[in-house]
Amino acid sequence: MSADGVDLTIIDSGGANLASLRYALERLGASSIVSSDPAVIRAARRVLLPGVGAAGDAMARLRATGLDQEIPRLTQPLLGICLGMQLLFAHSEEGHTRCLGVIDAQVRRLIGSSERPVPHMGWNNFTPVRNDPLLRGFGPDDFVYFVHGYAADVGEHTLASTEYGSTFSAVVRRDNFWGVQFHPERSATAGARLLKNFLEL
Amino acid sequence: MKGVRFRDHRVVGDIIELAARYRDEGADELVFYDITASPEGRSVDRQWVSRVARVLDIPFCVAGGIRSVEDAEQLLNAGAEKISVNSPALQRPELIDELAARFGSQCVVVGIDSQTTQDGFRVYQFTGDPDKSRDSRRDTLSWIEEVQRRGAGEIVLNCMASDGVRGGYDIEQLRAVRERCHVPLVASGGAGAPEHFASVFREARVDAALAASVFHSGNIRIPELKQYLRGAGIQVRA
Repeated sequence: MSADGVDLTIIDSGGANLASLRYALERLGASSIVSSDPAVIRAARRVLLPGVGAAGDAMARLRATGLDQEIPRLTQPLLGICLGMQLLFAHSEEGHTRCLGVIDAQVRRLIGSSERPVPHMGWNNFTPVRNDPLLRGFGPDDFVYFVHGYAADVGEHTLASTEYGSTFSAVVRRDNFWGVQFHPERSATAGARLLKNFLEL
Repeated sequence: MKGVRFRDHRVVGDIIELAARYRDEGADELVFYDITASPEGRSVDRQWVSRVARVLDIPFCVAGGIRSVEDAEQLLNAGAEKISVNSPALQRPELIDELAARFGSQCVVVGIDSQTTQDGFRVYQFTGDPDKSRDSRRDTLSWIEEVQRRGAGEIVLNCMASDGVRGGYDIEQLRAVRERCHVPLVASGGAGAPEHFASVFREARVDAALAASVFHSGNIRIPELKQYLRGAGIQVRA
């Protein structure tokens, strides 16, 4: 694994549990630092934007350090994970939050049913709809682990979609910004493959 | 989706080894229960959690003596995805609200030990110690509704009469709970054969099934169980 020494910065959006992500990167031989300093993040070769919790709180924390302005201007590969992916969108219904606006589409509340409880917590497969280096080696039988109550619409930014009551974006991209709705750090070998692909972008 | 429940007291090395084995065999989630934590008035050991989290690449839930937001935060920072509360939530139900407000419902699992009695389904507490185990004076179905109102994101129902007996999950009780449970429901207690897993998914429509002894003993191997379930038309992760 050639990822050793990769200059990888994880954006500290506060409140998020970063241990499992850092352990997953360690297993791939990648060292990472955690920072909320715009200068450090700007200088990184690759950036991860994780997130657990509510969209409004996370945006407030990004605004407090000026990262809401900085992130959309980044030019290196960035991967948003779960809430971190949702923050890349224009707006989230969760607390009617204006987000980073990298992708001009909406994040909406999942509609549950007796067969499909919300939050959606569990393993699902996803369907790649476009070829992309991030999805190298993925097929329709790969299961990944989701934990979310909100999800992004499907659109031209969608690289892969998942069906859970409705169809939503599981993997998205605009330019150097990628996002995954699921948790690669808890998605067994499929998740490790995705993180490895990101480290090789 | 299946979980594995650690309920024996083993040295850490064994737990790490078991965790790695289940990871490699395709378990979909691991639940780490320190069942004597609550009766002994302590919280689950962070060091164990951190060491297990380092080897696991699947969801990892931790349970045992979590009494406060601070207890939970330490375990989440050590690498757990979810925390599960049982006896402390019976003593102070507001704990569920506090955990959900701080970490979100997706992190908060409520474990319920339930017994069928002549008064219906009843919740028991301190079940980790046979001398302290007792009726909590709560009706299981109303507790199911209360914990959801307070923000539980998932419920693990352990049916005590079936637990450890390997005679099958308590389908009747799980069905009754499923009617009231609108968050993911995990069946626990009673798994002894692959057919028990198939019937609990089909007949009680649970979202996941948890087992311990049949996996620990090697009586059921996870890859074979998954193959069996797939053959029975139940969708499982490859």
